Amino acid sequence: MLRAIYDWVDERLDITPIWRDVADHEVPEHVNPAHHFSAFIYCFGGLTFFVVVIQILSGMFLALYYVPDIVNAHASVNYLQNELAMGAIVRGMHHWGASVAIVMLFLHTLRVFFTGSYKHPREFNWVIGILIFAVMVGLGFTGYLLPWDNKAYFATKVGVEIAAAVPWIGPYIAAFLQGGDIVGAVTLERFFALHVFFLPALLFILLAVHFILIRRQGISGPL
Amino acid sequence: MAHNPEGNQKQVHYVGDSRVRADRPKRYAPDYSEFPGKTEAFIPDFLLKEWMVAVVFLVGFMTLVFSEMPPLGEKADPTNTSFLPVPDWYFLFVYQLLKYKWASGPYVLIGIVVLPGIAAAALLLAPWLDSGKERRPHKRPATIGIMLTTLVMIVALTWQAEAEHQEQLISSPVRKPKSTEIVDPNSKAYQLYKESACIKCHGEKLEGLNGPHLLGIGTKQGMSKEEMIRIMDEGRGAMPAGMFQGSDADKELLAEWLMKQKQK
Repeated sequence: MLRAIYDWVDERLDITPIWRDVADHEVPEHVNPAHHFSAFIYCFGGLTFFVVVIQILSGMFLALYYVPDIVNAHASVNYLQNELAMGAIVRGMHHWGASVAIVMLFLHTLRVFFTGSYKHPREFNWVIGILIFAVMVGLGFTGYLLPWDNKAYFATKVGVEIAAAVPWIGPYIAAFLQGGDIVGAVTLERFFALHVFFLPALLFILLAVHFILIRRQGISGPL
Repeated sequence: MAHNPEGNQKQVHYVGDSRVRADRPKRYAPDYSEFPGKTEAFIPDFLLKEWMVAVVFLVGFMTLVFSEMPPLGEKADPTNTSFLPVPDWYFLFVYQLLKYKWASGPYVLIGIVVLPGIAAAALLLAPWLDSGKERRPHKRPATIGIMLTTLVMIVALTWQAEAEHQEQLISSPVRKPKSTEIVDPNSKAYQLYKESACIKCHGEKLEGLNGPHLLGIGTKQGMSKEEMIRIMDEGRGAMPAGMFQGSDADKELLAEWLMKQKQK
């Protein structure tokens, strides 16, 4: 039955080659932790993606309860953490996952750097990776404000002040981030939109390019 | 398929123009035959091994999640002038850099444009700056050396920033609250407080005598039950170690009660 459904779809859409290409491509021995224990360093990229998936899923559930306005934001986080069943776990995953994502991304970047894997022909994918790093740091910065506690508020204020000190474009960056003259109601709205719509969209595009390039170029050979 | 009038079941592929048959050879992934070894298919063989690593990782991650509650402070209060701002830990090194005289004030451009700009450009352009064929780390000492030096500096700056922040937290006084009413005065902990040496320096009504007042201590930034117990055990500033002589259970009770003193 399932087979028949699959064949029916496949005959029309020709989906087999797409997933067979992903499934059948050979993975070399030197990145396989089952053959060489030290090859676990090649898993850092996959683990980073794994944390990103955790962030997306936990973030989707947080968004069910979080209210992005300055009156209710803190109360809604307090509610979902202290009243809601499993709320502390979901928020814990998102909170700690944010730091762990940065750590894993950092380790993955160092692995690529020290094994010289960014060299010809993979230069372009390294640049994509650095852009992903920038987007992830941006996600961290915007997400930090959302609980709207003192720590969040004053950290953001300092961050915006630093950005504002950049010559020429600084005031424009600050105005864009704050949505006004102070860190306030509009800033929270803005950071929320950046955190859940703009930056994730950018992240998905960059990740797709990152993965497609890996498939095209293959993993770099052993040292 | 619609473009298959003869009705034979063999799949026919077309390019964008549906009258033109695609005659593309299948693109095979590099087979790594130049690196003879035990290659295996991505799904399910290799992914299973990667999942094993992910499981180990997940157990560690969930242990962290279950053991540490994510922190949530008091609701943001823009009029709070005593709050010490601190960015998330991965920004600390930049934050610290901007505290140095040569990277702040009139030289702030060094701290926010020149150094970060050089670092970002070097990182983005690394493949072209280090364009030799050699990949092994010990054969490209300059590249690796610069990276290691940078890493050491980042760790040192982060460390310094955290140390300075902790120091500031300790030395920052508790705001003198308007309310002097003690929270939960009927608690056994208040009795313990009055019976022990605390009262001599911090006062009977927590108002502070030789030592600082403890009214509103529960709102102090960075203060927690654990921190409170540590101060009782190890002392702080002029306060000697081991001032609370009671049992561990009583000490915990007292620390919990003190954390409830959130007078504003």
